[in-house]
Amino acid sequence: MGLGFLPLGLAFGALVTQSGLDWWWAGLSAALIFGGSFEFLLIGMVTASAPLAAIAVSALLVNVRHVFYALSFPLHRVSGHLGKAYSTYTMCDEVYALATGQQSRTWSSRRILWLQFLLHLYWAGSSTAGALLGSLIPHYVTGLDFALTALFTVLALDAVRNLRGDVLTPVLAVLSALAARLLFPGQILLAAFTLFTAALLARRLTTSRKPRHA
Amino acid sequence: MPDTGYAIAAVLVTAAVTWGLRALPFAALIPLRESSTVQYLSTRMPAGVMVILVVYCLHDLPVTEARAAAPLVALAVTLGLHLWRRNALLSIFSGTATHVVLASTVFTH
Repeated sequence: MGLGFLPLGLAFGALVTQSGLDWWWAGLSAALIFGGSFEFLLIGMVTASAPLAAIAVSALLVNVRHVFYALSFPLHRVSGHLGKAYSTYTMCDEVYALATGQQSRTWSSRRILWLQFLLHLYWAGSSTAGALLGSLIPHYVTGLDFALTALFTVLALDAVRNLRGDVLTPVLAVLSALAARLLFPGQILLAAFTLFTAALLARRLTTSRKPRHA
Repeated sequence: MPDTGYAIAAVLVTAAVTWGLRALPFAALIPLRESSTVQYLSTRMPAGVMVILVVYCLHDLPVTEARAAAPLVALAVTLGLHLWRRNALLSIFSGTATHVVLASTVFTH
């Protein structure tokens, strides 16, 4: 799965140099931020010289979804202060998807940290390589950014499979996202995660009452 | 090209905000982990979160224009291949390649 990072990192690095930024900036961003979706957005903000305060607020809003990850990420299985610090530092969407999956229930601290380190390395390496190779890509070649959509699609499909026939959860997620898109076009992610969490809670309340009536 | 110091500062600011969002909620949420409601949420959130991220990636799709076909065809290729072969690398690579080819040739705007 970590190999999915290679085309994505290459695409990110290539976009960095196509946007006129230095190649090393791709590696720096990949290694220090390690949050692909906002890194793609940050390219545009930096080339437009957006104020640092605007960058901080945007990063907060785009990445606020990580707050929800603390509910289920198995940090209690990662040992040591340094281990926990590194584990939270590199807890990106893909790490969250993998570490909360069906197959990861028995993973040790070592295994989780190795997974995170390898993904971190793949991302930083492929981003730097993409930036160095990016100048070779002709300017009429566009659309590399779809790698991010494809990655989330694959992660979503695998996670939905893990639900074993629970169709309502992905349906609620799509409805939350579409409602957020219509009602809060400026804050889609935050609104969608809040609506989705509220929908799940409402569903839990209604389904847990049923046995008492029966 | 933006100033080097500024470009580095932008990365540092983003990294600090992102780490804060990733690490601080654990302190607040760990006492809640034993709750059955939190466990109910945690088994269902991963799938929902990923589905929302897919919709988010497609949120500025120009649905009334022909060039919207490029991401939609690429999405179908990604989904179809992943349902069929279940190979993440193959699905991501083929979907992205489809999009690049379509967006750079047929659907240039």
